[in-house]
Amino acid sequence: MIGPYQDLHDNQKPMIALATPSISAADSLAPPTSRPRWLRRNRSPLPGFGTTAAITSLVVGTLVIVPLTVLVASAASLGPLGFAAAAWTPRARAAYGVSLGASLLAAVASTALGLIVAWVLARVPFRGRRLIDAFVDVPLALPTAVAGLVYSALYVKQGWLGAWLVPMGVHGAYSYFGIVLVLVFVSLPFTVRVVQPVIENLDRDAEEAALMLGASRRQTFLRVIVPAIAPAVVTGFAMALARSLGEYGSVVFISGNMPFKTEIAPVLIVARLEEFAYAEATAIAVVLLTLSLTLLVVINVLQHRLSRSAVGTEK
Amino acid sequence: MAAAIGIVGLLIVVPLASVFHAALANGLSGWWAALAHDPDTRHAIALSLSVAPVAVAFNVVFGVAAAWLVTRFRFPGRALLVSLFDVPLSVSPVVAGLALVLIFGRQGLLGPTLAWLDWKVIFAWPGLVIATTFVTLPLVVREIIPVMEANGSDEELAAVTLGASGWQVFTRVTLPNIRWPLLHGIVLANARALGEFGAVYVVSGHIAGATDTMPLRVEKLFQDYRTPASMAVASVLAGLALVSLVVKVLIERKLAADHRELEAARSVGETV
Repeated sequence: MIGPYQDLHDNQKPMIALATPSISAADSLAPPTSRPRWLRRNRSPLPGFGTTAAITSLVVGTLVIVPLTVLVASAASLGPLGFAAAAWTPRARAAYGVSLGASLLAAVASTALGLIVAWVLARVPFRGRRLIDAFVDVPLALPTAVAGLVYSALYVKQGWLGAWLVPMGVHGAYSYFGIVLVLVFVSLPFTVRVVQPVIENLDRDAEEAALMLGASRRQTFLRVIVPAIAPAVVTGFAMALARSLGEYGSVVFISGNMPFKTEIAPVLIVARLEEFAYAEATAIAVVLLTLSLTLLVVINVLQHRLSRSAVGTEK
Repeated sequence: MAAAIGIVGLLIVVPLASVFHAALANGLSGWWAALAHDPDTRHAIALSLSVAPVAVAFNVVFGVAAAWLVTRFRFPGRALLVSLFDVPLSVSPVVAGLALVLIFGRQGLLGPTLAWLDWKVIFAWPGLVIATTFVTLPLVVREIIPVMEANGSDEELAAVTLGASGWQVFTRVTLPNIRWPLLHGIVLANARALGEFGAVYVVSGHIAGATDTMPLRVEKLFQDYRTPASMAVASVLAGLALVSLVVKVLIERKLAADHRELEAARSVGETV
């Protein structure tokens, strides 16, 4: 039986799988009414609606809704011209460019590398596989500041890797490439963990059938495997992009933070805050917030499709 | 296979190993001196250890309540609420920190009120806790929701029918069913809470010996060109992260074992 329960104990999945509750037994208890579906509140005999609703709305309200509303409201109070002047300075535009460009590059690299790692972990048995599998989660637990510190130490001329990369002209520390490197590090678990369970659950029969029917390995890969894993790969890419756009802790160590060159938007927000230029910081933050929330919506839609297509392929 | 080992090795294992290598460059005594003989570092360790558990506790209360709400009841706006839980994962921590400054800061919305009450939130412990709680908010709730969803509410309904109070239902029926995913969420939230940098950076004011947490201390020492000391603090954080991962793997094994048992029980039930 493949159901939500199995997915759940798939040891990697809970870390990143978005919570998408399905209709449960409680729904069938709802009395038929003429009210539109979305307005119906089911009268469950279970207690605790009031208490849990109070706690949840208090926390979500004070921590998520109010702060983000205040942020947007104080940006709005600048007026359209004021907002544009604060959010669209040359330095801010350059920072969006670096943020977006480095995040896109990192998301592409992370998706490609994540796909390879996920494939090997799901399909190739070898000694030490579980160890490698466990290491994939390190970026989720390791403080990003530690990652930034270590990466910059590794890729400078005196570092383990920099010692032979820098003479070749590859500067991993205090450079654009450095930003991409740490972003790949922080986003790798997302791209691996979204794709890995999908590869594990791939229908091997379909692959074998394709091979038996005379398809080449390449054709089998392109026609059978790619369509099956594509939604997961795209979701992983979107998650990596969202994670990279907001990342601060690791980038601040390695980028050198040169305005117009290696300064990302979150670093510019902090720089403006430290100059007490609240209006500018807020305006840039709202631009970044809009980008992140748009991506969140995209990810939610993708996840929804992903879970639906997973249901579709169930035996 | 070689490709995967190469990728994970180069991106993850080598950096991790180099933290410990660099931290121990001056020997174990040098490492210990960097941690214990610097009052600001000692303070940062104590502060981190006092912020993270409180943030995790908030997360547990919220996570359990929110999961109960969205898995046991249907109501308008439920799907929207569930997607709101994920917002802190995609908002930049710096943006979140800034939003908190706009509310609680001296020029913020509640600034005058807080000044009158003589409460400090920004540049102080409460701000650190709020920022850390925000960043870790999704981690516990999203571990519990799928399990409560999958378990369904039959057992709880039976308990209610038999006259159990709400609290009894929760402690005797629900909690035993969700304890492993709950623990899993706690481990994740704790690791993230200890390591949070961006939101805490903005909210704390970065005052050595007062509001610097361990990750902020790592940065301060690095900026002061005291890389060995910085690496020493970083190695403590990396060690804590590794402990979290080991615990996480153990919990996942336990979960997988439970799951196999349940499947076996189910298949027996089906054949009977």
